[in-house]
Amino acid sequence: MRVPEGVPGARVLAFGGYQPDRVVTNDDLAAALDTSDEWIRARVGITSRRIAGPSETVEDMAVQAGGKALAGSGLSPADIDLVIVATCSTEAPIPNAAAVVAHRLGIVAPGAYDLNAACAGFCYAMATASAAVRDGSARHVLVIGSEKMSAWVDWTDRSTCIIFADGAGAAVIGPALDTPGIGPVVWGSAGGLAERIMIADRDSYLRQDGQAVFRWATTEVHPIAAAACEQAGVKIEDLTAFVPHQANLRIVEAIARKLGIPRERVADDIMHAGNTSSASIPLALARMAERGELESGSPVLLLGFGAGLCYAAQVITVP
Amino acid sequence: MTEQEILAGLGEIVEEIAGVPAVEVSPAKSFVDDLDIDSLAMVEIAVAAQDKFGVEIPDDQLKDLTTVQDVVNFVAKNTEGS
Repeated sequence: MRVPEGVPGARVLAFGGYQPDRVVTNDDLAAALDTSDEWIRARVGITSRRIAGPSETVEDMAVQAGGKALAGSGLSPADIDLVIVATCSTEAPIPNAAAVVAHRLGIVAPGAYDLNAACAGFCYAMATASAAVRDGSARHVLVIGSEKMSAWVDWTDRSTCIIFADGAGAAVIGPALDTPGIGPVVWGSAGGLAERIMIADRDSYLRQDGQAVFRWATTEVHPIAAAACEQAGVKIEDLTAFVPHQANLRIVEAIARKLGIPRERVADDIMHAGNTSSASIPLALARMAERGELESGSPVLLLGFGAGLCYAAQVITVP
Repeated sequence: MTEQEILAGLGEIVEEIAGVPAVEVSPAKSFVDDLDIDSLAMVEIAVAAQDKFGVEIPDDQLKDLTTVQDVVNFVAKNTEGS
């Protein structure tokens, strides 16, 4: 049997982000629910979030973010041979989002699949994309996280609807020139805690046991991030940024504190984006890159964690 | 560990997590009503208490611990003999 020769490593070529136009503020929510701007800011650190229009889909948002990343990479659609969409909120499981999104972006006949690791999905997708590039089964991969969480949230449940939001983020992955730009993934799951975040069936909404999830996220997750740095041979103090899943600002800050990462290097995109599940990391990366906050060639630590419960972390190099 | 030692340790934890001066953390105070500590901060306090005192405070028991004295009693009871 023959196998392709592959390349020593993969790297990120570009990021892209997309948010729906509609801004929903805490005051907007307080008008319909027993909550307040002050309560929401204090509990989850969100001041506003974006919510997709009624007919706007996970695929629509993925096309927007993926198109931007593709444009930023300088590649043409013909150069992409694998499309992975990390999502847990499509309206229907068939057809998958990735094939539809690829077609709409003019990418002809790529490998295409959806990946559900919920809020850890983007890091899982980056790991599998990197592996595909390294082993030679793909040369360029479009990785997208896209979520319409608003469709799966009970808008009368003030413990969840204040948190979740919609959006998409993407990255184009290609072969590294000399040194690898995507470090080893450290991933895993805790299926014994599956019921802590779940949508029970097709007629149900997302429910979570907030306290239990908070306890897990603030105690069990930071060692995964530290291990990803260790495996990549990158010191935590050398990171230019830490981009964890934007679950809740208090979780983000607690994890950063435990890792010893100064607050100014920690992504806080949740403040204006809400929790967009698998889209939160690439959306934050795209915005930070756009603002010039990520120095080219510097290391950034990604950390996804959420329903499953699933988690994954890796260090990447800024394109 | 004496109750005084637990109270002092708890004061340090509350100050570190919630920014409430340790001297304010007196036995009769309610976490929510007097110290303005919410349910998520209580989880952080419980986790820190576990690290400091070696006593696990599960979520289902945590909700019943409303005052500083409640937590001191819980820790004291669960460290007895150690």
